[in-house]
Amino acid sequence: MADLRTSFAGIESPNPFWLASGPPTNTYGQVAKAFDQGWGGAVWKTIGEPIINVFSRYGSVDLGQNRMMGFNNIELISDRPIAENLKEIAEVKRNYPKHACVASLMVESKQKAWHEMVKQTEDTGADGIELNFGCPHGMSERGMGSAVGQVPDYTCQIVEWVKEVATIPVIVKLTPNVTDITYIARAAVKGGADALSLINTINSIVGVDLTTFEPQPSVAGKSSHGGYCGPAVKPIALHLVSAVAGDPSVKIPISGIGGIASWRDAAEFIALGAGTLQVCTAVMHYGFRIVEDLIDGLSNWMDERGHRSLADFQGRALPRVAKWEDLDLNYHLLAHIDQDKCIKCELCWTACEDGAHQAIRRLPRDNGGPVVEIIEEACVGCNLCAAVCPVQDCITMRQVPNAYPAVSWKEYAAGKGKLAPRSEHFHTATWTKSR
Amino acid sequence: MSAPNPLSDAQLAANFADIAPPLTHDAALLEANQCLFCHDAPCTIACPTHIDVPAFIKKIATGNLRGSARVILEANPFGHSCARACPVEVLCEGACVLNDRDEQPIKIALLQRHATDYVLERKLRLFQPGPSTGKRIAVVGAGPAGLACARDLRRFGHAVTVFDAKPQPGGLNTYGIAEYKLKTDVALAEVQDILDLGVELKSGVTIDSLEPLLAKYDAVFVGVGLGSTKRLGIPGEDLPGVIDALTFIEHLKTHPYRDTAVGRNVVVIGAGNTAIDAVTQAKRLGAAAATIVYRRGEADMSAYHYEYELAKRDGCGFRFNAAPLRILGNGAVDGLEVRTATGTERIPCDMVIVAIGQGSPALTWPKDHPKVFVGGDCANGGAEIVNAAADGVQAAARIHEMLTVRDGR
Repeated sequence: MADLRTSFAGIESPNPFWLASGPPTNTYGQVAKAFDQGWGGAVWKTIGEPIINVFSRYGSVDLGQNRMMGFNNIELISDRPIAENLKEIAEVKRNYPKHACVASLMVESKQKAWHEMVKQTEDTGADGIELNFGCPHGMSERGMGSAVGQVPDYTCQIVEWVKEVATIPVIVKLTPNVTDITYIARAAVKGGADALSLINTINSIVGVDLTTFEPQPSVAGKSSHGGYCGPAVKPIALHLVSAVAGDPSVKIPISGIGGIASWRDAAEFIALGAGTLQVCTAVMHYGFRIVEDLIDGLSNWMDERGHRSLADFQGRALPRVAKWEDLDLNYHLLAHIDQDKCIKCELCWTACEDGAHQAIRRLPRDNGGPVVEIIEEACVGCNLCAAVCPVQDCITMRQVPNAYPAVSWKEYAAGKGKLAPRSEHFHTATWTKSR
Repeated sequence: MSAPNPLSDAQLAANFADIAPPLTHDAALLEANQCLFCHDAPCTIACPTHIDVPAFIKKIATGNLRGSARVILEANPFGHSCARACPVEVLCEGACVLNDRDEQPIKIALLQRHATDYVLERKLRLFQPGPSTGKRIAVVGAGPAGLACARDLRRFGHAVTVFDAKPQPGGLNTYGIAEYKLKTDVALAEVQDILDLGVELKSGVTIDSLEPLLAKYDAVFVGVGLGSTKRLGIPGEDLPGVIDALTFIEHLKTHPYRDTAVGRNVVVIGAGNTAIDAVTQAKRLGAAAATIVYRRGEADMSAYHYEYELAKRDGCGFRFNAAPLRILGNGAVDGLEVRTATGTERIPCDMVIVAIGQGSPALTWPKDHPKVFVGGDCANGGAEIVNAAADGVQAAARIHEMLTVRDGR
């Protein structure tokens, strides 16, 4: 049985699955229930001077019948008194000493205010502090949240203030709403951060009501940009985690956040360097119970693959994240259609013909045989046909071996190495307008 | 035979309720989103009117129901009734590629109904007559073939007069489709949509000869359907209690359900799709037993497999390899004598419905007259609504081409 225990910047938890700071971690009742159902840790909903929320707060992006493929919110930090939150954190730590309970903090950008907040938090017995430098909506208009996290100097300054008094680990939560997240990550490291967590939500407007022209979620006819999250943002989060984890000047642990809904997502984040995972939207959609399969699925996969602990595969994908100029130009692929599996929808043909490289030939439907075939001399191995094919493993990409050694663009442009003879995109698209 | 119907009004209404109830809004969206949006789609190829099925389904998925209905009705003026009565198992849904993924096909008929109901319920006018060409065309027969032809001729701008012998337009759509598939009010609403394009309808007019029409009109479309049900040619055929299937179904569709007489023990002679319609409706009207009697074997039935299955689910009986010899009875039917492999046998019954196919139409028409066009059952020997609609649409295009090309326009 795989060992899922984690030690993250000195914070211990029975598994890497933490609830991210947000609506699911607003109260003792929620966090205690979550721990009893299997969650390894929780980052409390951000504490600061209590705010007043608007009523309409969340917006969903559905894909077909799938709800909440993307999700956004214009909710602010906790609307509960600071003392109440801290009292409940202390209660959680008393009753769940082996689980990770981290306090997320956001106060105005004054040294004294931060010192005061950090000291109060430490009195609860919390395992760590997460600095919310990421929320892109509302709080940023008041000079907090992403207003701090978008400026490296501010980030560094406030981390320094916090570290002046903190004795427990300090995690800095990064906003993706920046040109290059590594600058902010380095600033946090410079200020003395013990760990990073990313990504916070992405600036967004989820939609517009076409009857009233109100952007969503609408508050009395108006809306404000909100933080985007959910499965749709996972690829962005994976990239940013890899960028930070792969930065040689950032050598502190990373807690991965962004669209994690399954154990597969979690394993991918860990493979790109994350030490713990934080989940919010999936819990808002389906409840705390999802942790059962997060744990079970990850354990089973680790057992199958022979990974005894998370460390066995943490960061294993990182060395494979390369610059484009270092990719091998002599690695050739060819699409292969399994005609026994083909259901003759011709989606591959229309995608390749209109959307890519005109490397699939249509055959007459009435002869009873195949209706599509790959034009091998034109196929550039782009993957599009395999991506659109609705039948599992019907279209596969197969390597075409050649005798040429690998050559990257960087090498080739420098006059080193030879290109293997390759299929070419012939640009054969023609069109005669019908009458 | 003449006893009052034993079923309550509520039970009769339930028995004749739509066999395929409409999809809810959510179910339609769910189904529409399963469509793969095939290129050169087999469903479209399989449809005699070649409705662009993936296009209309995609429009349902995006919430563009008006556009969806237009795609359907543009290709098939009888998109409403076809959504309810088409044998989709052997047409579009049978061709769906999902069958090859070992899955259920997309519910194309129900999606088509979802889109077309939207415009029918809102009485949305999707088509307009074209600018007048001054050409006049006579259409004989107000069934799906004739009215599909009339619809497109009006869109081309030609004046159209439709003649029909029956009091109501719609042909077999109005008078002959099993009640649980297509209700008369839907059939008539669909027809009204076409008439509203400015089609002149002359009901209750029997055309005996095309000559007067050819003298008066620029073209004539013949869509008269087939003739009345063939006779068995056996003794006892004229006994009270013997009725032909089309007359039985027509009565059912034009009267309150309980006003159609049905026996307690009904025998239907024949094993085509009309025979199935007759036997299932006799059962649903309250017959204690309703049995198909067919002179040949199960494998020889011309009814679609799914129709056969429906009749079995309805509790109808089947007697194969039983050739009717005589209808028995003294003043009223009390049995049917058949020849079987082992000799003759008497099948007790108090009603016999004859469904052995229709004869030729009474009207004849010149075969190679340049101004005469033919379509629907009278041209194809008897097929589906969708075949008749396809014939009518194609004939309208040919008539239009003839009238415009000949005049050099």
